[in-house]
Amino acid sequence: MKFTITSYGIAKDIVGDRKVVIETSAGTVGELRSWLLNSYPSLKDLHSLFIAINKEYAEDAVSLNESDEIVLIPPVSGG
Amino acid sequence: MIEITSSSIDVNKVIATASSLGAGAVNIFIGTVRDTALDKKVVWLEYEAYEAMAVSETRKIVDEAAGRWELLGWGVSHRVGTLKPGEVAVVVAVATKHRRASFEACQYIIDRLKEKVPIFKKEVFEDGSEWIGAQPGPGAISEKQTGLR
Repeated sequence: MKFTITSYGIAKDIVGDRKVVIETSAGTVGELRSWLLNSYPSLKDLHSLFIAINKEYAEDAVSLNESDEIVLIPPVSGG
Repeated sequence: MIEITSSSIDVNKVIATASSLGAGAVNIFIGTVRDTALDKKVVWLEYEAYEAMAVSETRKIVDEAAGRWELLGWGVSHRVGTLKPGEVAVVVAVATKHRRASFEACQYIIDRLKEKVPIFKKEVFEDGSEWIGAQPGPGAISEKQTGLR
């Protein structure tokens, strides 16, 4: 499937752009995380990498659709 | 009111939003930009937000607080963009009937905001820059990472 991945903070620096389109066989959030860590090894250095689907933090078991809004959320540091 | 803004935060506006005639207390937290971090001089900070979700996650936190304390009014404003030392980065204002609840609810909201809300801070020094909280370390993730905060 093809997904558009939006990234913020250090994740954007690692992935290289605010939005990238990827093609992967990943069907769940957990599989997508594995694919991303494999494709962008520097993501493994982060303390955490959450994936938001349609503006909600998503568990690894959540299934993906091509139309999903997928956002990489590295460690947050607001305030 | 929950706002993510690229303009200077109007502290009085946030207080006015929170204020209520039934309140005996308005508690305000103002987060400001420090001029030093990691023993280095901070030249400026850059904040960016995943804005739609920053608003929705902040809304959840306020709802959590409203479930624990009787909030008569509240306002949260977070700045994004480039900020110099001394500038206001975040304001949380909470109005309650009595003072204790206002302190507790205000602290709860800013503490949870710092844990959960997708806002990202980069500190820019004279000799480089660093995304805060993102440094590699013993807590770095593995492919087995699961679960949510």
